[in-house]
Amino acid sequence: MNETQFWTFFFIILTFGIYIIIAWRSRVKETKEFYVASQGVPTLANGAAVAADWMSAASFIGMAGLIAFLGSDGSVYLMGWTGGYVLLALLLAPYLRKWGKFTVPEFVGDRYSESVRIVAAIAAIVVSFTYVVGQMAGGGIVFSRFLGLSIEWGVVLVAVVIFIYAVLGGMKGITYTQVAQYTVLIIAYLIPAFAVAYQTTGIPVPQISYGQILAELDSLSVEFGLNEFTEAFSGRAGGQIDVFLVTLSLMLGTAGLPHVIIRFYTTKTVRGARYSAFWALFFISLLYLTAPAVGAFTKLNLLQGVQGQGPDSLPDWINTWAPTGLVTVNDDAETIQTVSNLATSGADLIVNNDILVLASPEIGGLPAPIVGLMAAGGMAAAMSTAAGLLLVISSAASHDLYFRVFKKTGASEKEQMLVGRLAMGVAILFAIWAGINPPAFVAQVVAFAFGLAAASFFPILILGIFWKKANGPGATAGMLTGLAFTGTYMVYTLEVFGTSANEHIFNVSPEGIGAVGAAVNAIVMIVVSKLTAPPSAKVQEMVEDIRYPQTRKAAVRS
Amino acid sequence: MSDVAHEGTSGAPPEAEDTSWRKRYWKKNLRLMITLLVIWFTVSFGFGILLIEPLNNIVILGFPLGLWFAQQGSIYVFVILILVYALWMDRIDDEFGVAERNEEGGYK
Repeated sequence: MNETQFWTFFFIILTFGIYIIIAWRSRVKETKEFYVASQGVPTLANGAAVAADWMSAASFIGMAGLIAFLGSDGSVYLMGWTGGYVLLALLLAPYLRKWGKFTVPEFVGDRYSESVRIVAAIAAIVVSFTYVVGQMAGGGIVFSRFLGLSIEWGVVLVAVVIFIYAVLGGMKGITYTQVAQYTVLIIAYLIPAFAVAYQTTGIPVPQISYGQILAELDSLSVEFGLNEFTEAFSGRAGGQIDVFLVTLSLMLGTAGLPHVIIRFYTTKTVRGARYSAFWALFFISLLYLTAPAVGAFTKLNLLQGVQGQGPDSLPDWINTWAPTGLVTVNDDAETIQTVSNLATSGADLIVNNDILVLASPEIGGLPAPIVGLMAAGGMAAAMSTAAGLLLVISSAASHDLYFRVFKKTGASEKEQMLVGRLAMGVAILFAIWAGINPPAFVAQVVAFAFGLAAASFFPILILGIFWKKANGPGATAGMLTGLAFTGTYMVYTLEVFGTSANEHIFNVSPEGIGAVGAAVNAIVMIVVSKLTAPPSAKVQEMVEDIRYPQTRKAAVRS
Repeated sequence: MSDVAHEGTSGAPPEAEDTSWRKRYWKKNLRLMITLLVIWFTVSFGFGILLIEPLNNIVILGFPLGLWFAQQGSIYVFVILILVYALWMDRIDDEFGVAERNEEGGYK
């Protein structure tokens, strides 16, 4: 075992041990604990848990690499995955917390109708499942590189640990392990970033100092046949309109993703939900503000390291990563003339986006413990998100589907818990299978989950809160057309299910179609709601009621 | 729009007064929300996407300004917007007597 492997084992065993201890201490017996952690999670802890829930393998492992090669257009992920929190904080979180039950489908069930609840539960399962696949695959990559395990065993090991704490502790176990996982992942992300910034520029604040290297990075990038980092609309083929729509889709999807929304159900008060949203975005921003700097510094180091070198004299990290198949060198080239992140580009050196962050300590020449910490951080990011998603899948399957469709009455508390846990177990088995056979790049898979969430949940939640006349038939029709429209365009433009990829219409990429799908959903919903009977007085009263944090105290007048 | 006037709890103010505070509370909430969303749109979609090219002609500390907004500035503003919302809503809650400060157990 070499030094890097020793430190990787050290940090992985240490962190996994911590997660399991937390899980044991927060094991639960009741459904209210299992689904919403008894609504007793303090604001700051919930903020950290949201951040870990949110920052996935794609954020941690894939994003900086994506930005490194996309350059300026990498902002779609930066703004998209943070801007959605403003919508969530202002438009959704406080109201859904006030309503205060267990799941997102349950809210739309109360607000609209049982059939909307069933459609929403199925949509929640599909969206979360798309997303969980990326986490499993991300965990597998970490294991295969750092510990020499096969990707299959990596995925199984990740799943077993998640199984232990998710099934034992439900939302409560997941929440407190997520707080620990946030701590691990943010430390792992920031230390190498600050070290690389200091090495390169002498200023240990990457968010500020990466400006200094941009001019040099631009000219080196051009030399290796890549687009300039600072040039807008050069990284994505669709140009400005595509960047706009992808950003919007990611924002709307962020605000509509059930695994994020349910975290706001766990706070003590409506006020707690507002401040949780603030802490969540604050914690998230620590990583997101650093990611473009990591991308820029790592790319610069990478290009400088291979400049003028032949295939035999490349830096060591390329050899250590070659067995994973994520780096390929053209051995016939005299010196490395071209670099790319696309496998089909035929460049002399091909680097997969996903390894830029994981290899950044090695690319920057940092010591072995930091490389090991990086591996633990990547695992924390993948596991925390996977656990949150699995809870959504299991709660939708048991609480929203099984006990509504198959066994409507007479389920005891004990039986509900058993079915909830069983659903969690089945979901994990599915996740293992999908993680071993992932459909495409980690970050790309996740981007589609957002489009689907934007086109299904966001409009019916917003209209459900802000427009009293929105009704069940409207929501059903809106959600189904939104999903069908978005899904069809994705299948039309992507090679999935054996179909061939067609041209993008109006330069809109499949990642950006969710925003259009959301508009289609909203329009259909408004039209159908207008044409059919308004919701009952009871439902309208509920909509009125969730707008105010609590019953007004009689003594106070204004 | 059938505004609901029934409070359901004992000691609530009379119906007419009840409805009017709710409307004013909601209006203040909406006004704050819209103001913050306008800023949200301006810094991200405005500065970071629609106006990114002209803003890139201004370079500060090595950053073309449009790029800075797209990758850094917009995110700082997002964080501040949510904090301002939470703080301002506390004030509105206080004003209307629906504040939840120091309520560890939450409402029922």
